[in-house]
Amino acid sequence: MALSEENRKGRDRASLPPWVKTTALTMGSIAVTMLGLLFVTFIIGRVMPIDPVLAIVGERASQSTYDAVYLELGLDKPLVVQFAYYIWDVLHLDFGTSLLNARPVSEDIARVFPATLELATLGIIIGVVIGVPLGVIAAVRKGSWTDQVARVVALVGYSMPIFWLGLMGLLIFYGILGWVGGPGRVGIFYVDVVPSVTGLILVDAALDGNWDVFKNAFSHIILPASLLGYFSLAYISRMTRSFMLEQLSAEYITTARVKGMSEWDVVWKHAFKNIRVQLVTVIALSYAGLLEGSVLTEIIFSWPGIGSYITTALLSADMNAVLGGTVVVGLIFILLNIFSDLLYKVFDPRAK
Amino acid sequence: MFHFKTSLLAGLMASTLAVASVQAATPDNMLVVAQNIDDIVTIDPASAYEFSSGEYVANTYDTLVRYDAADTTVLAPALATEWRVDADNKTVTFTLREGVTFHSGNPLRGEDVVGSWKRVVSLDKAPAFILTQLGWTPDNIEQMVTAEGNTVTVRYEGDFAPSFVLNVLAARPASIVDMQTVMANEVDGDMGHAWMNQNSAGTGPFALQSYRPAEILTLQANPDYYQGAPAMERVVIQHNPEGASQRLLLENGDVDMAKNLDPNQIAGLDGVDGVTVETYPQAAVHWVSFNQKVDTLTDPAVWEAARYLVDYDGMASSLLKGQMKVHQAFWPDGFPGALTDTPFSYDPAKAQQILAEAGVDLPINVTLDVISAPPFTDMAQSLQASFAEGGINLEIVAGTGAQVITKYRARTHEAMLLYWGPDFMDPHSNAKAFAFNADNADDKYASTTTWRNAWMPPAEMNQKTMAALAEQDAEARLAMYRELQQETQAKAPFVIMFQAIKQVAMRDAVTGFVNGATSDYVFYRLVEKE
Repeated sequence: MALSEENRKGRDRASLPPWVKTTALTMGSIAVTMLGLLFVTFIIGRVMPIDPVLAIVGERASQSTYDAVYLELGLDKPLVVQFAYYIWDVLHLDFGTSLLNARPVSEDIARVFPATLELATLGIIIGVVIGVPLGVIAAVRKGSWTDQVARVVALVGYSMPIFWLGLMGLLIFYGILGWVGGPGRVGIFYVDVVPSVTGLILVDAALDGNWDVFKNAFSHIILPASLLGYFSLAYISRMTRSFMLEQLSAEYITTARVKGMSEWDVVWKHAFKNIRVQLVTVIALSYAGLLEGSVLTEIIFSWPGIGSYITTALLSADMNAVLGGTVVVGLIFILLNIFSDLLYKVFDPRAK
Repeated sequence: MFHFKTSLLAGLMASTLAVASVQAATPDNMLVVAQNIDDIVTIDPASAYEFSSGEYVANTYDTLVRYDAADTTVLAPALATEWRVDADNKTVTFTLREGVTFHSGNPLRGEDVVGSWKRVVSLDKAPAFILTQLGWTPDNIEQMVTAEGNTVTVRYEGDFAPSFVLNVLAARPASIVDMQTVMANEVDGDMGHAWMNQNSAGTGPFALQSYRPAEILTLQANPDYYQGAPAMERVVIQHNPEGASQRLLLENGDVDMAKNLDPNQIAGLDGVDGVTVETYPQAAVHWVSFNQKVDTLTDPAVWEAARYLVDYDGMASSLLKGQMKVHQAFWPDGFPGALTDTPFSYDPAKAQQILAEAGVDLPINVTLDVISAPPFTDMAQSLQASFAEGGINLEIVAGTGAQVITKYRARTHEAMLLYWGPDFMDPHSNAKAFAFNADNADDKYASTTTWRNAWMPPAEMNQKTMAALAEQDAEARLAMYRELQQETQAKAPFVIMFQAIKQVAMRDAVTGFVNGATSDYVFYRLVEKE
């Protein structure tokens, strides 16, 4: 009887559709990852030698004011209890209130994340559109001047401090040439001109049909996005070159050439096709890095993004804001990983 | 392929044309300011306690009496046209100005005065202690402050000089808010606090138009302001944390004013067409203190020697040029009661002699906590070099502002490099910080320089501080504060070194900007563009 029941349960499990099992595993993995991430961040925040109460009340508040806020923050409770309360609130989509500006963290993130999303997306587009062809050409013409140029471009991208490059970019293209807008997402005359629908100013301006705002916003985003794009393309082009060299030395490429296939087809239809899976990982990682927020770029360009938001919060022990930002960044990584996995299956039939 | 190249070229040219000519001068009726405003926690005057929020409150709210834009050193009538002090009965009676309206259009009433102060005391946020000094509590405030018609009667508990009481009532938390509007927006008993973090409800020359933290703060002129509408219809304060970016914006004419430039950036503006730099003395004083919980720092000879181990002139003329000037007393120069003597200079030989005569064991190794930002880290390095000449070895411990304050409040530091600005413009605000300590016990927390360095001043110094607070004769009172400053210079474990200076770079078309000694006295209402 027991054996028969066991067999039946086994059959039931086996009969679950594969996508259900995959989804359940993915969701479980996400939950465990997020919980671990939050726990570590929470503990770091609590052991930092910064008093979060002082961040709120200032250094001169009376002891009674200090005590009231201390209790309000629940700091009198054990760490585990504080963490449990926090998780409970997060499950109810309540990230708490920022200690630094007394506003709901969810509102803050909804305000700063679109700014980073817009900048990072344009940055990664620039990085991919230039970096991938550059890497392919450098691999195909290995040792040529084109390869040397690509190498120098990548080297400068790796080694140049972004802070310095950003300031030089501003000085030349904004200060001297006047080709682009200055710091900030949009010129002062265009602030709040179009209604915020997505929080992405370029998209909102297009939706509103206000092309003056669009042009102005584009003039402000193009320089920081190019800067981020440059740093991405340095990485993407080197990785593309490396992947392509590996493929171009494979026997099937030699066979294709012997068969008289055109060089264009050899490179793009055979070699490049086979590096797509690796390239997706590289691009996804680059994009995730940009979506975390590039703090220095955001500071130089007065870009109100999530990077500077989390950094400022961390330096002031505003743990609600730090944890809220951590949730968002963690989710970005997880979603991009899932997206990469899906693309693997598209590009590589063996992964299906 | 040719077609592709042509399209690409055309696209690039179009993009260039599209983004060209993006610079434009700001309009004549708008002032655009580049400023780091990420210090703002709240903009409700009941809780606003940062530099940038102080500037905001000064321009959107009024108090009964105030140090006004016309002369920031004179206490002048504001929402009250006259007042009468009865020191015996500890009462001040104010007559409210007729015809003043809030931004909402509601008229100013005596009830708004009572309600505004009750709100501050009840919410008990950071600056509440300034008002509660007068003996006010949530329970007694309605008996202590009463309104009848356009007369407001203020009672206080304690022996205070009338000027002290008036200075308290001129401070930021004493701002009068439109209680009808505020309470109409109350949520869960918060007395409108959340709403006030997004809106203004004052009588000031400007009203809040929009505010996004660490992004932008826009003020709209109040056409009905009782002293006349400001010339600037809008003031836009654009958050910009980086001085180099602020400088570029200013030089390009995209902003009218840049407020956070360092000395090198200011120097770089020398000779730039259309830009001028204005200098404003500030009330903050910068000092080094020694925690008396550290045995090696308790000998008064060490404090005295330390006063000769600071290269005052060297720092002021180099790394602090344009940012600070030498000042060695707790009350800043430019204000009644300030002691402007500078009896100490860099003299390592004298310091060595003092330490030798006192038999102090050398070297003394001590940590120096400092905020990890310019110019503080530069100052710390200079002090490290000059103190070493006297046998005092400083180990610099740099941290964020929050880290340093956390340690300071817990009295776990050794030496500290920090600054102090008065909470309100009365010498008692600083005398209490540097010359008074009611109880030095660990559990008797006080936000004073004395308690935080675990230093108990001599009994006569404590008594003199309280006597000055109660002194009714204005001149005699100021003389007492000068004596207290001299005594602090001689007896306290503090080395007061500098007074802050603020430099603001602006387009030369801008006139009328007023930047008083603290953020509470930064005014835009007289700004014009020529």
